[in-house]
Amino acid sequence: MPDAQDPLEPVDPHQAVAPAGGYGGGFDLAAADAQILEGPAGRAQDGGPLAKPRSLWSDAWHDLRRNPIFIVSALIILFLLFIVIWPQAITTQDPLKANLAMSQAGPSAGHPFGFDNQGRDVYTRVVYGARASVSVGLCATIGVVLAGSALGALAGYFGGWWDAVLSRISDIFFGIPVILGGLVFLSVVTNSTIWPVVGFMVLLGWPQVARIARGSVITARQNDYVLAARALGAGDSRLLLRHIAPNAVAPVIVVGTIALGTYIALEATLSYLGVGLRPPTVSWGIDISDASNQIRNAPHMLLWPAGALSLTVLAFIMLGDAVRDALDPKLR
Amino acid sequence: MGRYVIRRLLQMIPVFIGSTFLIFFMVYALGDPVAALFGDRAPDPATAAQIRRDLHLNDSLGEQYLIYMRNIFTGDFGTAFNGQAVTSLMGSAFPVTIRLTLVAVVFEVVIGIALGVVTGLRRGRPVDTGVLLLTLVVISVPTFVTGYVLQYIFGVRLRWTAPSVSPSAPVGELLLPGLVLALVSLAYVTRLTRTSIAENTRADYVRTAVAKGLPQRRVIVRHLLRNSLIPVVTFIGTDIGALMGGAIVTERIFNIHGVGFQLYQGILRNNAPTVVGFVTILVLVFLIANLLVDLLYAVLDPRIRYA
Repeated sequence: MPDAQDPLEPVDPHQAVAPAGGYGGGFDLAAADAQILEGPAGRAQDGGPLAKPRSLWSDAWHDLRRNPIFIVSALIILFLLFIVIWPQAITTQDPLKANLAMSQAGPSAGHPFGFDNQGRDVYTRVVYGARASVSVGLCATIGVVLAGSALGALAGYFGGWWDAVLSRISDIFFGIPVILGGLVFLSVVTNSTIWPVVGFMVLLGWPQVARIARGSVITARQNDYVLAARALGAGDSRLLLRHIAPNAVAPVIVVGTIALGTYIALEATLSYLGVGLRPPTVSWGIDISDASNQIRNAPHMLLWPAGALSLTVLAFIMLGDAVRDALDPKLR
Repeated sequence: MGRYVIRRLLQMIPVFIGSTFLIFFMVYALGDPVAALFGDRAPDPATAAQIRRDLHLNDSLGEQYLIYMRNIFTGDFGTAFNGQAVTSLMGSAFPVTIRLTLVAVVFEVVIGIALGVVTGLRRGRPVDTGVLLLTLVVISVPTFVTGYVLQYIFGVRLRWTAPSVSPSAPVGELLLPGLVLALVSLAYVTRLTRTSIAENTRADYVRTAVAKGLPQRRVIVRHLLRNSLIPVVTFIGTDIGALMGGAIVTERIFNIHGVGFQLYQGILRNNAPTVVGFVTILVLVFLIANLLVDLLYAVLDPRIRYA
């Protein structure tokens, strides 16, 4: 008999939220909502019998183009990517150049956000800070989605002991609170690149995606077209890659998009706690941490990077929300 | 039910061992606890060797883990960097964090469910859209940002509350930190309640209750809310463990001497007994909370029966 807790699974993705303290919460929202998405293949085609039926993706794109939330968040993200690639386009200064005479000075001509504790230009640091945040977010999401969906899909497809072992292993990772784990794992790292942080996020993040991928593969596996393909002699890898994956990928994409925002927030939190990115890397989290002692004298040092960080996270979470709405057959 | 509980408890064992071993491994394998004890100075080799022997640091990692676990089950969590027993640190830290968590949960329940009901009943109206956007914003702003901003506004500017919490941490001083800790989860509770209420407003039993002439208030509270709150209750249950672990940031902002504070000190000083001990307890709390939530679920929803 299958696990008695199975009937609970769809309403019990909240286990996923726990490690994060706050930020992992994003996955939970995505997970709860992504449950609705499972089995997108079963959705009705609109457009009547004569119209050429649109695929899930063109349907979603059709919806997205008309969604103001999507447009706003996409514009913010495009702008972010632009300054990540080419920060010199909107600032000519050096984010590391310090002029102690200007320490904590307020806004002035050419320095719209003022100066930080070390006399560095806050505006320039905010612009360059996007680089670390977005690259950590993107790399961690790509890693988590690849590792999580591969392991989850294999568990869902093959079932049996592989599934049981993988579920227990992911339970172990769920049991470790994310911020705590980050403090323990990263406090001994002295490398100042983004890779330890990315690696840590992938290590603790994959079970969330694996759980979603497993669920949607299990749903897709039972569809008639999979049985038909198997009857025609298709092998496991062909079934998984050509028939199941395209029909199970939507929930993973939704979770991934929302997770991107939460990883950016998590990077900032870890950097704030002093174990994430380290100077001389320019990071919003480090700047906020430095500014937090001086909030009474010079709140501008904290508010600008905090605002940029919040706007970035908001943009990715709104994008994820919009993508979920577009891919969610229930709302049609 | 009994068999289900037993099986769940058995399933918890490998998870407990796995996660504590992982933390144990990271703490012990990656840092040198003896060097950390001496701070910046180099330890005297003989003393260092003595300490290594006393702490069983020359044994293999597996043996060390077994010794540690055996001590834990006899109530010996080791000593912190300042010579205090870890258990006495726990005795002072956990009550504070539990109070903070309770304050946060009360905020979640009261504000989150109220907002969720209001928006769920008015889906698509301006109130609904406004609150939904607000929850997105709240979810997006990291806790340490909201923490500092609210501390600055209410503690420093308006002086409504003390900007930092005294060591005894009375509930009155924990209101603002509790709100900060709760905010993100509060937004999730709002969204979850809203979805759940909106789905159930069209349910047959609601129509029946309206048709037989019950006042609206009674329909909402007795029929709609009772059924809609099941996922919310499970969320809050699992969230308790998360809040206790996530309190590390909030405790740092408001200088609260709770679990997060002690853990942070332990990590800074590379004191393995403190870190592993506290994390072990947190993992246990988390596992038990999850189990209780699953059991509670069966109580709340009679359609679910555990074999």
